[in-house]
Amino acid sequence: MSAAEEIVTEAPAVEAVPKRAMTLGYGTSLVVLAALIIIPLFVKNFIIFQMTMLLIYALAVMALNILTGGSGQFSLGQSAFYAVGAYTSAILMEHAGMNYALTLPIAGIVCFGFGFLFGQPALRLSGVYLALATFALATAMPQLLKLGYFEQWTGGVQGLVVTKPDAPFGLPLSQDMWLYYFTLAVSIAIYLASVNLLRSRSGRAFMAIRDNEIAASAMGVDVALYKTLAFGVSAGITGVAGGLGAIAVQFVAPDGYTIQLAISLFLGMVVGGVGWLPGSIVGSAFIIFVPNIAEGISKGLSGAVFGVLLFLVIFLVPHGARQVAIVAQQLAAKLKKN
Amino acid sequence: MTAMLNVKDLRAYYGQVQALHGLSFSLNEGSLTTLLGANGAGKTTTLRAICNMVRSTGAIEFEGKPIGTRSTENVVRLGIAHVPQGRGTFTNMTVEENLQLGAISRPDKKAIGSDIERMYDHFPVLKQRYTQQAGTLSGGEQQMLAVARALMLRPRLMLLDEPSFGLAPLIVRDLFRILGKINREEKVTILVVEQNAQLALELADQAYVIETGRIVMSGNAKDIANNEDVRKSYLGY
Amino acid sequence: MELFANQVLAGIATGAIYACMALAVVMIYQAIDHLNFAQGEMAMFSTFVSWQLMQWGVPYWGAFVLTVAFSFAAGIVIERLLFKPLAKAPILTNVAGFIALYAIINSVAGLIWDFTIKQYPTPFGSSPFLGSQLISTHQAGMIGITLLMLLLLFFFFRFTRVGLAMRAAASLPESARLVGINTSWMIALGWGMASAIGSIAGMMIAPVVFLEPNMMLGVLIYGFAAAVLGGLSSPFGAVMGGFLVGIFENLVGTYIPGVGNELKLPIALALIIVVLVVKPAGLFGRAIVKRV
Repeated sequence: MSAAEEIVTEAPAVEAVPKRAMTLGYGTSLVVLAALIIIPLFVKNFIIFQMTMLLIYALAVMALNILTGGSGQFSLGQSAFYAVGAYTSAILMEHAGMNYALTLPIAGIVCFGFGFLFGQPALRLSGVYLALATFALATAMPQLLKLGYFEQWTGGVQGLVVTKPDAPFGLPLSQDMWLYYFTLAVSIAIYLASVNLLRSRSGRAFMAIRDNEIAASAMGVDVALYKTLAFGVSAGITGVAGGLGAIAVQFVAPDGYTIQLAISLFLGMVVGGVGWLPGSIVGSAFIIFVPNIAEGISKGLSGAVFGVLLFLVIFLVPHGARQVAIVAQQLAAKLKKN
Repeated sequence: MTAMLNVKDLRAYYGQVQALHGLSFSLNEGSLTTLLGANGAGKTTTLRAICNMVRSTGAIEFEGKPIGTRSTENVVRLGIAHVPQGRGTFTNMTVEENLQLGAISRPDKKAIGSDIERMYDHFPVLKQRYTQQAGTLSGGEQQMLAVARALMLRPRLMLLDEPSFGLAPLIVRDLFRILGKINREEKVTILVVEQNAQLALELADQAYVIETGRIVMSGNAKDIANNEDVRKSYLGY
Repeated sequence: MELFANQVLAGIATGAIYACMALAVVMIYQAIDHLNFAQGEMAMFSTFVSWQLMQWGVPYWGAFVLTVAFSFAAGIVIERLLFKPLAKAPILTNVAGFIALYAIINSVAGLIWDFTIKQYPTPFGSSPFLGSQLISTHQAGMIGITLLMLLLLFFFFRFTRVGLAMRAAASLPESARLVGINTSWMIALGWGMASAIGSIAGMMIAPVVFLEPNMMLGVLIYGFAAAVLGGLSSPFGAVMGGFLVGIFENLVGTYIPGVGNELKLPIALALIIVVLVVKPAGLFGRAIVKRV
C-alpha cells in the first residue's frame, strides 16, 4: 500500500492520466513491479502469504473492473465466479491429481464459460436488475456448492483440503515465496493481457457500449456479443484468481465464498477507482488489511468499518484511488515548479 | 397596470454552454404575452429559468418578491403554473387524478371538487374521459388536460411552452380560443412561448421576440404582427 | 390431490413471509426506482429494536408500535443523511451506498446484540390454525397482517393526497415539481414507509426464522423474487408474488426428488432470472417502455 502511494507521487506529471485513463505509465509500472519483486525477500512468511492474497484479490477486483469500468455492466456476484474457479482447481488437483499450474487455465476456461452463459440472460437486464440477478447468484452459490449431488467431488459442507505446491527444479524458495512469485507472474501476464484487451478493438467496443449502448449498436458493434464477452472475460479472470486463492489458502469450503466476498470485491473496485486497472491493487490492499485492523479493535466491527469507509469514498473521492493519484500528481507537479 | 413578473439580466447555462445572454422583460398583470423566436433561441430555457429548472443568474421578481433562489416546487406554490413542453402528463394515472395533482399544493381542499367541474366546462372532452388513463388520450386531449391541470393550481401566472406543438391546426385554434377566454374571465396572466408566430400574435396583446438568448424586439402584439420587416426577418411568414 | 392441496396451503403459509418482505421492496422501488439491498438488514435491525424493548418490559403491541414509528423515522433519517446527496449520482454509486449500509447495519447489530440465535415471540400463538397441521395461528396472523398492510397501502395510494403526490413524484419527478410537489421529501417519505413496512415484516418473520443478524439475507432474496414475479410496480403483485413463490417452492420440494431445504436459494435465483428475462414487468406489473 505504502509502495503504491509513493509510486503514484513519483509518476511523471506530464503524462496526464485521462489520456491513458485505464493504465499507468511505463516508469511507474516498472517501479511498482520492482517493489513487488523485492519486498518479499525481506519479510516474514506470513506477510508473503498476505502479499499473495493481495495479488489474488487484485486480480479479482481487476476482473470486476473490466466488466464495470470497461463495459459498464456491474456485478454483485463475483464471489460465485471466484468460487467456481477455486473449486475447479481444487477438484482437479485433489481428485485428478493434476499439476496446480495446469488447473488455472482450466479454471479460467470453465469460469469464462459460466460467465458467458450467465451473461446471456443478464444481457437483457440493465442497471439495478443486473445487480439484483448477480446478488442472487452470489447468495445462492454457497448452497449450490453444498449440494448432495456433487458431494463426492466438492466434499459438501466440509470442503476440500488442497496441497500446497513446492518450488520446482529444486529452487531454494519456501513454499510461500514460490507461490508468491508464481502468483506474481500470473498476475502480470493477466494484467498485460487485460490492458491490451482494453486497448484493442474489443476494448473499444466495450467502452462504446458502456458510454452509449444504442449509439454503439448503431456503429455496428455487436452489443449482445460484446456484453456477454465482457462477462465471460471478467468471470474467467476471477476464476483464475479463485484457483490461485484455493492453492494459497490450501482449502476450499462453501462458506468461504459468500456474498461478503462479492461485497468486498465490489468495494475494492469502488475504492480503487472504477475503470482504472492499477487501482485494483489499492482496492485489494484495502479489502485485505482494513478488516484485519478493524477485527483487531473489536470482533464483528469490520462490516461497520467497511461500510463507513465506503460511504466516505463515495462522498469524498467518488473516483477512488484514481482521483487520489491525480491529485497527488498535480501536487507533485506544483512542488517541482516551486 | 403594474408589472407582475420582472426579469432582469437573465443568464442561463446548460453545463458550460450559456443559453441566455442577459434577458430582460416584464409581464403586466392580466396580460397575455407571447415569447417568439426560432428553434434554439432560448424560449424554453427562459420558462425553465423562471421555475428554476435550469441553472441561471439574474433577478426574477414575482409580485415584488425575488424568486430566483426558490426551488421549482416553491415557485409553483406562489401561483405560477407551468405547462411544459411535451405536456408532462402523468400518463399512467386517470384524467381525474391528473387534475387533482394540479391542485395538490393548494391548501383549500374543499374547492377542488368544484374546480374540477369548472375544468370539465372549459374542456368537455375531459369529462367524457375522466376515468380513462391519461396516456390513452390523443395529443390534443393531453394538451387540454395539461392546461386544465395547470389551472387547477388557481395560478396567478401561467407559463405555456409551445402548446401548439404537434397538434392539428383546428385543435390549436380551439386551444388558443380557450386560453384567451381563461385570460379574460379568470384573470390569469399568461406567458406563452410559440413557434407558430402568426397564431400567437393574434392571441396575445404583448410580444417579445428573442434570438440566440437575447431580446431583439418587444412591443404591442398588433404592431409586431403588422411590421413587415420584423415579420420577414424574425418570424418568417 | 390431498397432498397437493396441503402443500399449496403450506406454501401460502411460507409465502406470507415473502409477501411481507416483497411489499417493503416494492414500496422502496416505487419511491426511488432502485432496489435497496440493505432493506433486509434494516428490517432485521428494527426487529432487534422491538426485541430489546420487550426485554425492557414493554408489552408486545407497545413494542410493535414503537418499533414501527422508530423505523419510519430511521428510514427518513437514513435517506436525508446518506442518500439525498447521492440523488444525482450514477446507479453504481447508489448500489455502493446500499452495500455500505448493508455492511454497517449487519455489523452494528452483531456488535450490539451478538450473533447468537434468539427466540422471538408471536402475538398469535403457534397452535394449529383451525385444526390444520400445515398452518399455524402465527402464520395465519401473518397472512392477515400482510393483507391488512396491502389494503392500507391501496387506500393510501388511491385515496389520499400524499399517496397521489408520491405516485406522481415516482412516475414523473419533473412534472411533479411543476405541480408543486416536493419530490425530494416524497422520496424520504418512501424510505420511511418502506422501512416501517420492513420492520413489520421483520417482526412477523422473526418467530419463524429466529432472530439473529443474518436472518434476513435469504428472506430478502425471496422478497426480491416475489416482488419481481409479481411486478415491481404493483404492491398487490408483490403480495401475490410472495404467495406464489411460497407455493412454488413447496411444490418443487414435494414433487421433484432431491430438492430439499438446501436448494431454496438457488430456486429463488432461478426464479428471479427466468422472470426478469421472460417477463420483466412481472405478472401484475405495468410494462415500462423506455424511449431511446
